[in-house]
Amino acid sequence: MNLSPDEVVYWQYGVINLNATIVFTWALMIVLAVSAKLITRRLSTSLQRSRWQNLLEIIVTSILQQIEDVGLNEPRKYLDFLGTLFLFVAAASLGTVIPGYQPPTGSLSTTAALALSVFAAVPFFGIKAQGFGNYMKSYMAPTFIMLPFNIISEISRTLALAIRLFGNMMSGGMIIGILLSLTPFLFPIVMTVLGLLTGMVQAYIFSILATVYIAAATRVRKPAPQPEAAS
Amino acid sequence: MAIDWFTIVAQAFNFLILMWLLKYFLYQPILNAIDEREKLIATKLGDADLKMVEAQKEKDEFKQKREEIDQKRADLFRQATEEANVLRQRLIDEARQAAEALSAKRQVTLRNEERDLHQAIRSRTQMEVFDIARKVLADLATASLEERLGEVFTRRLREMDDQTRAGLAEIVKTAAEPVLIRSAFDLPAEQRATIQNALNITFSAEVRVRFETAPDLIGGVELIANGQKVAWSIADYLTSLERGIEALLQEKSKPVAKADAKSEKTEKSETAAKTP
Repeated sequence: MNLSPDEVVYWQYGVINLNATIVFTWALMIVLAVSAKLITRRLSTSLQRSRWQNLLEIIVTSILQQIEDVGLNEPRKYLDFLGTLFLFVAAASLGTVIPGYQPPTGSLSTTAALALSVFAAVPFFGIKAQGFGNYMKSYMAPTFIMLPFNIISEISRTLALAIRLFGNMMSGGMIIGILLSLTPFLFPIVMTVLGLLTGMVQAYIFSILATVYIAAATRVRKPAPQPEAAS
Repeated sequence: MAIDWFTIVAQAFNFLILMWLLKYFLYQPILNAIDEREKLIATKLGDADLKMVEAQKEKDEFKQKREEIDQKRADLFRQATEEANVLRQRLIDEARQAAEALSAKRQVTLRNEERDLHQAIRSRTQMEVFDIARKVLADLATASLEERLGEVFTRRLREMDDQTRAGLAEIVKTAAEPVLIRSAFDLPAEQRATIQNALNITFSAEVRVRFETAPDLIGGVELIANGQKVAWSIADYLTSLERGIEALLQEKSKPVAKADAKSEKTEKSETAAKTP
């Protein structure tokens, strides 16, 4: 029993390897991209539209609404990054209903990669919104004494993002694996349903936290509030 | 549980690729579609608003026009009614006037006819009466009667009052033509002589006399000198009588007509005005 899909290696050449995490990620990417392409191939701009288009529109507009609710005034600028975070994590969780599937988010490498992306995206959007100087000043708010603490906070929350998602996703897979060996049939199904719920909640939490961090970084001339880590 | 740095990098790269893929296959098309639809809806709503405004405007216009038409129709109807009433009143008045005029005319015509008839009857009666009288007297008149008449005439000459005699003598003396003695029958020579004699004595002068026979006198003798006349004849009497009756009738029919014919008749018969 593998703790992480990273350990399932299909092909290796030196440091380069092709493990289950990457393969399932590619599979998810293909499914997401192809289904999106298929659905958006014949988009209707009239009042009549297909059910799939309707579904995609609901998803996209809901994400936009959530981003705006958190406090970002121009949600479309952040839709690519935050929406993809949510959709990827959610799709990774949804895939657990397929037997033999191992969620890529169950790998610390993936969650770390996502957390690092957020870690990079926060200053990226912050500098884009307020300019380099202003953004850097926010690390010294309210006083320069707070600079080390702000930096520690930045790193720790990135770590927390990665560990939180990894823990939740990994635990779901682990619990199902353990229960499957103990009590077959009924109980694992219930746990799978619970795992789905947990996965969706984690996808929401991950993307909302990323949004909050970005919103804090892009807020102009305001002392950056220290978002406390949630679990 | 180790962190595989290659996997982390690969996953980050994968994430970037997925971001790009979803951006071009999902977000952009979907957002574009939503935007276009919203634009379409906004356009349609705008059009609908515009149409609504136009419809309201047209509705108002039509309402106003309808009210105008109603008003006009009511006005026209009222006007027509008034005109009809006036016309009816006028026609009734005209008809009444015409009827009254006709009635009055008919009455006048009736009265005139009645009057004419009366007059005709009167004239006819008068004429008949005098004709009969003339005829009877003409039948009775003879030469001997004529002689008697001559005698009466000479006596009248003699018995003439002085004033008349003086006036007549003046006329007889100054007359250029001889005095005309008219009688119904031829007077015998001795009668003529008697009259000549009587005249000479009456006017104490030689009077030139011309004798003439006039059957229309019926009976009697007339003396005409320079327009003046001394007469004693039946015709003279009858004329007097006729004139008297005419005057009487004229008085009676005065309020109705002027009796023109009668006055003409009166003028015609104004021959024996003077009675000695």
